[in-house]
Amino acid sequence: MSMVSAPDQRRDTREPRFGFWRRSYAMVVKEFIQLRRDRVSFAMIVMIPVMQLLLFGFAINTTPRNLPTAVLLQEDSDLGRSILKALENTAYFRFTREVHDVAEFDNLLQSGKVLFGVEIPRGFERAVRRGDRPALLVAADATDPVAAGSALSTLGVVVQTALEHDLRTGDPPSLPFEIRAHARYNPAASSRLNIVPGLVGTILTMTMLIFTALSVTREIERGTMESLLSMPIKPVEVMFGKILPYVLVGFIQATLIIGIGVLLFGVPVRGSLMMLALLSTLFITTNLSIGYTFSTIVQNQLQAMQLSMMFFLPSILLSGFMFPFAGMPVWAQYLGEGLPLTHYVRIVRAIMLKGATMENIQYDAIALVVLMLLAMTIAVTRFRRTLD
Amino acid sequence: MTAAPASASGVAIDVKGLTKSFGGREVVHDLSMQVKRGTIYGFLGPNGSGKTTTIRMLCGLLTPDSGEGTCLGYDIRRDADKIKRRVGYMTQRFSLYQDLSVRENLEFVARLYGTRDARGAAREMIKRLGLSGREEQLAGELSGGWKQRLALGACTLPNPKLLLLDEPTAGVDPKARRDFWNEIHALAAEGLTVLVSTHYMDEAERCHEIAYIAYGHLLAHGTVDDVIAKSALSTYTVTGDNLNELAAELTGKPGVDMVAPFGTSLHVSGRDREALEASIAPYRDRPGLHWQHSEPSLEDVFIELMTRSKDNFQ
Ligand SMILES: Nc1ncnc2c1ncn2[C@@H]1O[C@H](COP(=O)(O)OP(=O)(O)O)[C@@H](O)[C@H]1O
Ligand SMILES: [Mg+2]
Repeated sequence: MSMVSAPDQRRDTREPRFGFWRRSYAMVVKEFIQLRRDRVSFAMIVMIPVMQLLLFGFAINTTPRNLPTAVLLQEDSDLGRSILKALENTAYFRFTREVHDVAEFDNLLQSGKVLFGVEIPRGFERAVRRGDRPALLVAADATDPVAAGSALSTLGVVVQTALEHDLRTGDPPSLPFEIRAHARYNPAASSRLNIVPGLVGTILTMTMLIFTALSVTREIERGTMESLLSMPIKPVEVMFGKILPYVLVGFIQATLIIGIGVLLFGVPVRGSLMMLALLSTLFITTNLSIGYTFSTIVQNQLQAMQLSMMFFLPSILLSGFMFPFAGMPVWAQYLGEGLPLTHYVRIVRAIMLKGATMENIQYDAIALVVLMLLAMTIAVTRFRRTLD
Repeated sequence: MTAAPASASGVAIDVKGLTKSFGGREVVHDLSMQVKRGTIYGFLGPNGSGKTTTIRMLCGLLTPDSGEGTCLGYDIRRDADKIKRRVGYMTQRFSLYQDLSVRENLEFVARLYGTRDARGAAREMIKRLGLSGREEQLAGELSGGWKQRLALGACTLPNPKLLLLDEPTAGVDPKARRDFWNEIHALAAEGLTVLVSTHYMDEAERCHEIAYIAYGHLLAHGTVDDVIAKSALSTYTVTGDNLNELAAELTGKPGVDMVAPFGTSLHVSGRDREALEASIAPYRDRPGLHWQHSEPSLEDVFIELMTRSKDNFQ
């Protein structure tokens, strides 16, 4: 066994060049290794977003199946029966009632016994043959906007495909009749398209908060903080070291969630993907900073979890993800403006669904930057450099 | 003392009147100490006497409630950053990352101190520590002795001028303990100052100077011989039969400050030699007992200091 080295007196102990970067880098490498070693956390990076998205996505947006539907047949024609058959084949609709007058039709919808009503008006087939483009009426109970929305939105395509060989109308390949969909009770029916983008933000908020909310308390509880504090590292460097690895993790998660959203749920990305990636990274960093701030405030891991939940719940409720932001009372709107999720939900919806440009969303982007800097400032000032 | 007032270059640690309380309880009281450069300074005292707290104040991990001083010439209140860059602190509890390998821990430390070639520095240290072949083992999976070597390696890696070792040999087997002390001596021989806390008496003998602290009060300091001489303790070593009985009879007699069994003998000590001798006179001729006036051991001195301080401060 050999001796431990004596210090080389010639080597100096002055502040090294690029000390800030070297120390931050040391911290980042260390955090990465620890993350990699922690199999459970590592698995969670993939599991949490996928599970959440699938659960939320399918639970909130159940693909409508066998929705009870009433049929009001005003005439008995081949074309009418073909259309009904096509509708039933989509598996969205299940014809549970056949009614003969409008009052009964309305009554069934009103009482919720059926969610849809399909009306083939009198003289329908003849009007089609004449080329008058008569209206096929489909009424939907849109109090469940998701169920109604997706069924209605696919209606045109479905009927057209189903009837293609029946009708043989040639060019143009359009329906010889008009489908007049009427979403009752909730005309501005929102759809899954609106929910998936919000989910991206919700899931990221939760996972990012938890990753960093435990980071400082973990060092304290494992006893490693004492060593760390006895070395020449500064609070900002500790913070960067603890946040940066998770920016990458968050980015992977965001990619995963948006990827699933696009591939599985058919959500479009109409705006710039680059801008979406950039602002998602900003949002991720903001949440990581907030989580890290929590970990510098609390005494132990339990408190860290509680604080994260305290932050997460209002984020869900007040961000406009669950309830329309404009419909909330003013005080709740003010609270909502202070939550990063509010701004991110707006940003994602705008980019993905509306193809927004930077100018459209700069207010929300700036708000995210401000919240991030605020959190970082609190974290750095709150970080205890001694064991007092 | 003949030593000239310590010039900044001759003294590594120079603190005065350090006091620290936790929740209204004074844990370190008015502690002053000086440690010369290049010496091994033993910091002794029972558990809970404030050793760790004092060491933490020295390296800027705790702020003293009052008192002041310097470490390597830097003010312990204002220059914590500069002190940290030049001091290696080995904590009482193993505080490297258990889920990082030996190599990763050392590289982390090297990078934190801005070492240019962190990998090289870590590799070199692994070789010196005799940890070759274990570099990829997780620190948490090392045995107590190896953990302690790794911890010492980590705190010497950045070439500190001063080492603060907090009970580095607690729970380590005797062979590893001896190796450890050999290393500390080698380091000191090359100019490093080492402050090491311990509660093993035999380790005190291996220090150039010692300080004894109990209940937050620094009770004695100097070389081992100094401390023994200054105690002015008279000690008799008794061997023979029925020592337990004798111990019971002597305890509490005037002049008998301490009665302590040491293996097959009994140490009877007192600060007032005349009173002590008067009290033991009736027992000296008891058949089967052999009495001998002897130098008190360091342990006698400490036990006596502790008993006395207990009466004063508790
Ligand atoms: N952070 C703290 N908060 C409250 N009490 C403390 C703290 N650190 C130490 N103490 C108390 O101070 C006393 C001295 O502790 P310590 O310095 O660790 O002693 P030693 O290292 O000599 O065993 C103990 O009674 C301990 O319980
Ligand atoms: Mg201790």
